[in-house]
Amino acid sequence: MIYFALFREMAGLSEEEFHLQEGSTVEALVEAIKVQHGPLGGVERILVAVNGEFAEPGETLVEGDVAALFPPVSGG
Amino acid sequence: MIRITREDFSVDEVLGRLRTGNMGALVTFVGFVRNKSEGRGVERMEIECYEDMTLGQLEAIREEALERFGVEEVTVIHRYGNLNVSDKIMMIAVGAAHRAEAFDACRYVLEQIKGRVPIWKKEVTPEGDFWVEGEGP
Repeated sequence: MIYFALFREMAGLSEEEFHLQEGSTVEALVEAIKVQHGPLGGVERILVAVNGEFAEPGETLVEGDVAALFPPVSGG
Repeated sequence: MIRITREDFSVDEVLGRLRTGNMGALVTFVGFVRNKSEGRGVERMEIECYEDMTLGQLEAIREEALERFGVEEVTVIHRYGNLNVSDKIMMIAVGAAHRAEAFDACRYVLEQIKGRVPIWKKEVTPEGDFWVEGEGP
């Protein structure tokens, strides 16, 4: 897992490993993170990227995937 | 050309490199750090980005703009790290045969950046630090 911006501050770290059951989805990962990191529990808008591409909640994760969690972007 | 950098850049140099004889129009957008935001004074700005994904997204947006609008070339430079008031944040330059497609492509690139490129701005103010709320999906 990689966390960016406000979510990095809320999680209190930039990176960590997460071990999930085989066949777990992006949605399950987000739920597990919300439990692990309380401050993220109440956040409504969470974007997830897997291996550098935006991911849908139903997408299945496989061993070794690099997922990133971040708030809506504000560049430009 | 797509570039993300901690360093400042020269608009003239970018335009000089972009221009070719096919271009009758060159539209540029340059974004700067303002000294005010949401009624607060801004002292400086910190910009964070997910580098690999940012480069991938910017390259994809560039390709889309070239294809959709039939423009000749698109350049995007975005800075990250610590910036001061009046510093350039980013620049888009679009070269095209005619002005209409150059303006359209430039706006398209900017709106796409604001919606899907993983970059975040934090404003440092006398009242504390505030993440700029994203307009994204």
